Amino acid sequence: MYEEIFKKYSPDKENLIYILHDIQDTHPQHYISEEAVTKVSEYLHVPVNHIYGVLTFYTMYSTKPRGKNIIRLCESPPCFMKGSEKIFKKLQRVLDVKEGGTTRDGLFTLELCACLGVCGNAPVMMINEDVYGDLTEEKVEKIIDRIRGGE
Amino acid sequence: MSLKRIDVLICCGSGCVSAGALKIKQALKDQLKERNLLQEINLIETGCMGPCDYGPVMMIYPEGVFYRKVTVEDIEEIIEEHFIKGRPVKRLMLEEENKVLPTKDEIPFYKKQIKVALENCGYLDPEKIEEYIALGGYEALGNVLTGMDPQEAVDLVKESGLRGRGGGGFPTGVKWQHVLDAEGSPKYVICNGDEGDPGAFMDRSLLEGDPHRVLEGMMIAAYAVGASEGFFYIRAEYPLAIRRIKLAIEQAKEFGLLGENIFESGFSFNVEVRMGAGAFVCGEETALIASIEGKRGQPTPKPPYPANCGLWGQPTLVNNVETLANLPRIFLKGANWFASMGTATSKGTKVFALTGDVNNTGLVEVPMGISLRELIFDVGGGISDGRKFKAVQLGGPSGGCLTNEHLDVKIDYESLKAKGAMMGSGGVIVMNDSNCMVNVAKFFLEFSVDESCGKCAPCRLGLKQMHRILDKITSGEGEEGDIEELERLGKTICTTSLCGLGQTAPNPVLSTIRYFRSEYEAHIREKTCPAKVCLPLIHFRIDTDKCIGCGLCARNCPVTCITGNRQDKYVIDQIACVKCGNCKEVCPVGAVDLLPGISPEYRAYKKELLEEEN
Amino acid sequence: MKTLEELRKIREKAQQDMNLRNADYRMKVVVGMGTSGIAMGAREVMKTFLEEVSKRQIKDVVVTQTGEKGLSSMEPIVDVIEEGKPKITYGNMNPEKARKVVVEHLVNGNIVSEYVVSSE
Repeated sequence: MYEEIFKKYSPDKENLIYILHDIQDTHPQHYISEEAVTKVSEYLHVPVNHIYGVLTFYTMYSTKPRGKNIIRLCESPPCFMKGSEKIFKKLQRVLDVKEGGTTRDGLFTLELCACLGVCGNAPVMMINEDVYGDLTEEKVEKIIDRIRGGE
Repeated sequence: MSLKRIDVLICCGSGCVSAGALKIKQALKDQLKERNLLQEINLIETGCMGPCDYGPVMMIYPEGVFYRKVTVEDIEEIIEEHFIKGRPVKRLMLEEENKVLPTKDEIPFYKKQIKVALENCGYLDPEKIEEYIALGGYEALGNVLTGMDPQEAVDLVKESGLRGRGGGGFPTGVKWQHVLDAEGSPKYVICNGDEGDPGAFMDRSLLEGDPHRVLEGMMIAAYAVGASEGFFYIRAEYPLAIRRIKLAIEQAKEFGLLGENIFESGFSFNVEVRMGAGAFVCGEETALIASIEGKRGQPTPKPPYPANCGLWGQPTLVNNVETLANLPRIFLKGANWFASMGTATSKGTKVFALTGDVNNTGLVEVPMGISLRELIFDVGGGISDGRKFKAVQLGGPSGGCLTNEHLDVKIDYESLKAKGAMMGSGGVIVMNDSNCMVNVAKFFLEFSVDESCGKCAPCRLGLKQMHRILDKITSGEGEEGDIEELERLGKTICTTSLCGLGQTAPNPVLSTIRYFRSEYEAHIREKTCPAKVCLPLIHFRIDTDKCIGCGLCARNCPVTCITGNRQDKYVIDQIACVKCGNCKEVCPVGAVDLLPGISPEYRAYKKELLEEEN
Repeated sequence: MKTLEELRKIREKAQQDMNLRNADYRMKVVVGMGTSGIAMGAREVMKTFLEEVSKRQIKDVVVTQTGEKGLSSMEPIVDVIEEGKPKITYGNMNPEKARKVVVEHLVNGNIVSEYVVSSE
């Protein structure tokens, strides 16, 4: 897996962010393992601590295994004003996890994030690359059910 | 075969419905039926047309006549005169300075929007370069490359008065001049697409909706400053924008608009796309450059400015998406055309993202100098849910909030700053009277605390202290002196932080203290939240006169703190209550009141506890 | 691209293609496919239009996409454009409404008034 990703990028330090994105996206558990960091460190000839520095700086990377689908609910002010808190509670109930938690079946990880830039349809959440807007408690339940059903 | 000759569009937005639009529609339908005209005339119920002040409103096609404040009594005249005799009813049209405005294009609501950057958004297919070219795309680039030298191009932008649309408002032409004058080769151009301000989404819409325009703008900029390579830095939260801009680059290459010797002018240019990984601070230009270089996106002190020492130490121009999107039109229509719009110091148009408690949420583009009132009430369609306007937050977490008394402030960089707000990237978050300003300020600050990169102490530690005090105030633990401490901390952070994020992060708190001090004081002194938002400072009580003793509240209480029976009615145990609000929601007769302040029972209980401790 | 002349030639041809009069179709359905639209279900709406149009073998209607119009509160938004008639904009669309628009508007030429948000 690493070899294939490395093939796409020259061994320059500037490619670190994209290599990390690719590794995380291809990993079934959407995270960057210690092993991955070591491999990247060898490929780019940069120290492991530099990679961890970058890795932990950006919020989209995870060093812990996550679910198959990453739910990112926006907690920024426009969504908050439109009731994101209620949606968050609903998601926690429906999935039976807390913030940052992964469901037992490994299907979902629930995260909070900063503005997704779809504020005209607040509250919004992103599941993987899809954005869902004007969320209500009923809508959330349906979306989750649909993904569960599709598995 | 359709016999329809007239379309009547009746606005059935909430404003017009509250003014009687449905009755009018019914009356129109009845009378048309009576006269056997229904097969000729199409009755169309539309969503909010926006000018709610004039409701009920309707529009009649094919003429495009606009009627306002229509009553049931007017229907007969409309049918008789307009539909049958073809003479529109003048007295129902909008008048401005004694001039009758018959059609939609002449009505302030529509007239107020002038689309420059958003010109093609929502009109062309963003995945087809041909459509962009059909609408005049890449003509400006061709003109510049074949007919202007770089200095002339820089001068034109200076004359236009265009200023950076990303937040700072720095004159674009001056920035270009710095890069053009800088020594070193190669030079780079970066498009800052790291839009992160909560409440702003114009850059995303532009990149998704008209990517070629942004690309053309970047190429003009590159030629003017002498850059040979460009980067789009787009946040990873915008996968569609990334996909569309990549596609646009591919197509431009196919058409020979990117690459070597473009328009045989000797100018060669290549572009790449870079993406972020979730860090608000990367919108700051030095942090953005660090991120492209594959490092943590932390800002560096300025000077040196990117114009001299930017990407990989080379002269670099960083322009925001909307700034670049303005360029093709400016170069086609001329600097004077652009400078003729706006105010003395802020020229042209600005895209605003209307969000929050406003009827028409979305993107609008208006000339600089428009008043907040026009923006929120005319273009935005007013406050939603029939509530009252309370405040508007401009410029996201870096901006400040303004109130009723500022509604007539003209929107430009300077006047907003003078009032303690800022243009920022153009996010306009409208708030109605159900919002607690202390809570709102806490929320904006929370965003900045989360997004602080941690490099400088004022921002990393100071913001956290401010947040702690706000948390204390909203949980009823506020003390005298807290407001002053917030002000002191805020001002210090503003002056001592390294980058724009820290320098502006205290603004929401400072501006709410400035305009809503009494709300802070109520939280601290009276231990009450006047807007009834902060949980520790509110309580629920059952009105025994209204209570019918059904017990629904008690059954839905998660902590079983409601007791009673049919005769004695029900009572909430204030000490055990967790204020979930379930009882209020389920009560069939609305007997549960939400009241501001801590309940007397809870106060007495706390006092007792304290005495026991002592 | 070598000259402005060359660009203008491409433009003329592209303009013809964009113009309904010169095209071999009668109507154009334009679905707003920005993130806001997609977040509100535009993808499903687009799919429904494509499916219905092909299922009914409607040959003279083309379904295409655009970015955001700005009216977030009414997404998903669909324009129906027909030569010589005002452009009809439908708002708050879903697959069910899309099917109705296909039957009523595209096939029978009747505007589905209850879904219209504006016309110009």
